[in-house]
Amino acid sequence: MKLDVRGKSAYVYTAGHAIDPALPTVVFIHGGEQDHSAWVLQSRYFAYHRYNVLAPDLPGHGRSQGPALASIAAMADWVIAALDGAGVKRAASVGHSMGSLVALELAAHHPLRIAKIALLGTAVPMPVAEPLLDAARADDHAALDMINVWSFSPRAQIGGNTAPGLWLLGMNLRLLERQASGVLYADFKACHDYVAADAAASIQCPALVIVGSRDQMIPPRATHEFVKRLPHAQTVTLEGSGHALMAEQPDAVLDALIGFL
Amino acid sequence: MAVPKSFSFDTLSLHAGQQPDPLYGARATPIYQTTSFVFKDTDQAAALFNMERAGHVYSRISNPTCAVLEERVAALEGGIGAIAAASGQAALHLAIATLMGAGSHIVASRSLYGGSHNLLNYTLPRFGIATTFVDPREVDAFRTAIRPNTRLVFGETLGNPGLDVLDVPRVAAVAHDAGLPLLVDSTFTTPYLMRPFELGADLLYHSATKFLGGHGVAIGGVLVDSGKFDWETSEKFPLLSEPYDGFHGMVFDEESTVAAFLLRARREGLRDFGACMSPTNAFHILQGIETLPLRMQRHVENTRRIVAFLAGHEAVEAVIYPELPDHPDHALAQKLLPKGCGAVFSFTIRGGRPAGRRFIDTLRVFSHLANVGDAKSLVIHPASTTHYRMDEAALRAAGISEGTIRLSIGLEDPDDLIEDLSRALHASQKA
Repeated sequence: MKLDVRGKSAYVYTAGHAIDPALPTVVFIHGGEQDHSAWVLQSRYFAYHRYNVLAPDLPGHGRSQGPALASIAAMADWVIAALDGAGVKRAASVGHSMGSLVALELAAHHPLRIAKIALLGTAVPMPVAEPLLDAARADDHAALDMINVWSFSPRAQIGGNTAPGLWLLGMNLRLLERQASGVLYADFKACHDYVAADAAASIQCPALVIVGSRDQMIPPRATHEFVKRLPHAQTVTLEGSGHALMAEQPDAVLDALIGFL
Repeated sequence: MAVPKSFSFDTLSLHAGQQPDPLYGARATPIYQTTSFVFKDTDQAAALFNMERAGHVYSRISNPTCAVLEERVAALEGGIGAIAAASGQAALHLAIATLMGAGSHIVASRSLYGGSHNLLNYTLPRFGIATTFVDPREVDAFRTAIRPNTRLVFGETLGNPGLDVLDVPRVAAVAHDAGLPLLVDSTFTTPYLMRPFELGADLLYHSATKFLGGHGVAIGGVLVDSGKFDWETSEKFPLLSEPYDGFHGMVFDEESTVAAFLLRARREGLRDFGACMSPTNAFHILQGIETLPLRMQRHVENTRRIVAFLAGHEAVEAVIYPELPDHPDHALAQKLLPKGCGAVFSFTIRGGRPAGRRFIDTLRVFSHLANVGDAKSLVIHPASTTHYRMDEAALRAAGISEGTIRLSIGLEDPDDLIEDLSRALHASQKA
């Protein structure tokens, strides 16, 4: 659906369903330089299993009007405005990578609106290497190539995708290329600058962390260090998965979310 | 910071899309010769049907052996995914049927495989889809032929049989200016010689029967999507950007930003038209692709030797091969096809049809049959076989004369091939 969020057009995937106030809601928040389609299988499942699903394209991404937001806090505020626009009072928040920081920020600063959080491919801090930031700032395609290769486990670089006939490296690269110039740098800078030292400790709602054992973007040890500071958290490790968890192991991600939500 | 390296073409030819079989560790791709797949439980069954979980349901829609082939060709082409179809013609039909319905229009190169020409010129008009054919060397002719109801621009990377080199970057620009995708038939070039997506094409297909398989044992086609075309902003493709009643009101380009075309092609095209590839054929074609880089090198080397031999032979009036300086697309070929112009080409024999018949009947190593891209060398007389439905004017327009002979150069010892050709040329000139 299209929403007006703070005077700008925003796209939110709902699997074509209207919001039913009687149902619980899950909001899926994509990572940097991505859009709602990163959640294609998981969001569709919940939309057909007695949940309202909101999978927005963050500002400047996909079909949502820009510009991209400059900080994780601004993205969290925007998600709250989108929930308001959709008439949703309270939701579980599921985020991947940059989106996981948004979900964390939502739970830390809007505890009455957020029932649970699931964080995939996550860690705080989430520093971005200077050369990668520089390449993103320069709008150099090499930045996309780096992210693309590092997003997948060694196994996924060969393929054998669960979704028949789709070549994941090609799919991901094209999605990265679809985003407007400047979006990647804004996203990376927002992740890089996010410190929120007290955010994790202040979380009161249940939290699920899903980590890929072969994540090359956010090393699993960084995730495990972060989880130590996150109360009420349970961790699910997907053996062999890289950073692109939802694409590499869609069923395992879905099963973990079903068990948690 | 160095850009991390992904696998190269030769490695992907052998490995892309396949993990060793998780049950027994089989290194080769198993042939999953089964119509259907047992569900784990009723919830999984429903989720598979409704695209909430990925996996296989029924081999008309997808099959694990076919999926390896699909991923491998997509990887080699630099695409996002592919669909294995019953034949190259099935792949072309699937592309067209996914993009348009009655009342639509295609702009196509006039230098096409005879079967493709039949589909566009005779068969599709019966279903309300018209085609305007243009000279592929006149890029502006593509632009001029585009109408408000045009939905596709189409050509062959190397035209059949005159080997017109499609100026993919310029024709793609014409298509994109009009909000249209460019589809190319890449059969003659394979991803080893040209990767059309890097040049601007949006969709491509192969008759995998030819060089991809290479062995001449399996009919098949593969339709590949670059994922580059933006169906939403084009506003010309409601089949991809508006709710589809045939799948719970799914809006394909919202469901998958980059794979909307493949999604509809599989979920509607394979489901309803049903022209899927058999798992056994997918297995055979995969065996071929494993050696594609090696074979294409040898195909091109042998072809260059034979082109040079024929070009200097007194019984030969003309040789049509873009690497020859007198070919109209010589400069373009050097730019777009630096690794070679393939292994299928035509020449004109002195003495017209009777000489052509004597030539073909005398050959021993070359097989007279209607195929190209085999590991074995092949020969055919287009005017009486592949292009026999064309009248004289259409033949001329396609660059074919009564004396045109098409060769597909295989992997035999080139000296044996030259000896065979030499003997047959000699015989052809005896009245």
